[in-house]
Amino acid sequence: MKWPAMGYARAKSLAELWSALEVHGSAAQIIAGGQTLLATLAFRLSEPGTLIDINGITQLRGISTHGQVLRLGALTLHAELCSDPLVKAHAPLLAAAAPLIAHPAIRNRGTLGGSLAYADPAAELPACMVALEATIIAASAKGERRIPAADFFNDLLQTALAPQEIIAAVEIPLTGRLAAIEEITRRSGDYAMAGLAATLALEAGRVVAPRLVYFGVGNIPVLAAAASRALEGRSLDRASITSAQQALAEDLDPPRDLHGPPEMKRHLARVLTERVLLGFLNPKVEAA
Amino acid sequence: MIPITLTVNGEKVTRHVEPRRHLIDFLRLDLGLTGSHAGCEHGVCGACTLRVNGKIMRGCLILAASLDGAEVVTIEGLSESGEVADLQAAFVARNAAQCGFCTPGMVMTAAELLAEGGSPTRGEIREYLSGNYCRCTGYQAIVDAVEDTLRSRGATP
Repeated sequence: MKWPAMGYARAKSLAELWSALEVHGSAAQIIAGGQTLLATLAFRLSEPGTLIDINGITQLRGISTHGQVLRLGALTLHAELCSDPLVKAHAPLLAAAAPLIAHPAIRNRGTLGGSLAYADPAAELPACMVALEATIIAASAKGERRIPAADFFNDLLQTALAPQEIIAAVEIPLTGRLAAIEEITRRSGDYAMAGLAATLALEAGRVVAPRLVYFGVGNIPVLAAAASRALEGRSLDRASITSAQQALAEDLDPPRDLHGPPEMKRHLARVLTERVLLGFLNPKVEAA
Repeated sequence: MIPITLTVNGEKVTRHVEPRRHLIDFLRLDLGLTGSHAGCEHGVCGACTLRVNGKIMRGCLILAASLDGAEVVTIEGLSESGEVADLQAAFVARNAAQCGFCTPGMVMTAAELLAEGGSPTRGEIREYLSGNYCRCTGYQAIVDAVEDTLRSRGATP
């Protein structure tokens, strides 16, 4: 399980990165935390010509608020999402999601940008970005481009990033909406068999603009439009939750995978729907 | 070959490494530090857990070439520092190792939990150690050893 022979170059700034990408062209593979990439290299799922290490680019780090957004640099570690006070205050969904990712030793090295760029359909952070209506800030030698998270994930492991383009940061709007995440795994730290990241507002007891985003049930994070519609404007109760569960049949078309058949995934999605929505009615902890 | 200078267990080391060299092979084959174990070599088993810049990481998922300027502590360095002498004594007292292959990684991970200084429950200890596989003990004795050490350091259950 040794990695293939390959080249290696460190980029210490964005300028160095653009010139390294120019030099190495399609042989270049960017490496950040490497917690997915290096495991796939051990399996020889890809054989990059040269790894370009971006860990030293300080412009890609940092967690801050600007006006009405929380900005998270692409090199933000999963461990930082677990513990950073700004994340806890302004994006508690991410603080709740990060501990579900792998294990402490991997969270200390793996990055937000890496997880989004890899776009595993069973990963937590892509679904959270869609639920939070985040904006992905992509950067290249030509400058920056802003991509809504809902348009970022194209297909299995495919994103809207162009060749020679990287994720520089993400911006999360500060809305104060309720948010929660639940997933079902066989073992702690595994990729989810199915998961749900949800955001909504409750105004005078009525659900406003719910976004139910399921992961592990398709090729990309699935924004369940019919289930979300079934909740809109209704009071959150057993009846509306049941409507959302029924509407999921329109939203989900899960493929068979190593965990089981499509109907099992649909069942898990209904279970998660109830757990998450009931959680909004009976919060375990007060919203931050 | 990529030149790197880093600190390993407090000693400055300069070497040239191939990009495909992971940190565990660098330690074991180039430096002769065989305490960190190469298990699955794809980030699943935790036998290679060690500290880089003060935090635990998977040694098999880090390029040695990327560690220029880094500070690495292996089980050898951690043992020598005395930081986990009580945890190691608890592992012995509780019979928390059989073949011992997972033990260095277990101790590195448990050391970080101890360093965080909270009062984790037994369930939280299990969760913290869930990325470290043991194929012999059934985990009970390992969780016992970590729990004993937490309590003796003053954590309240």
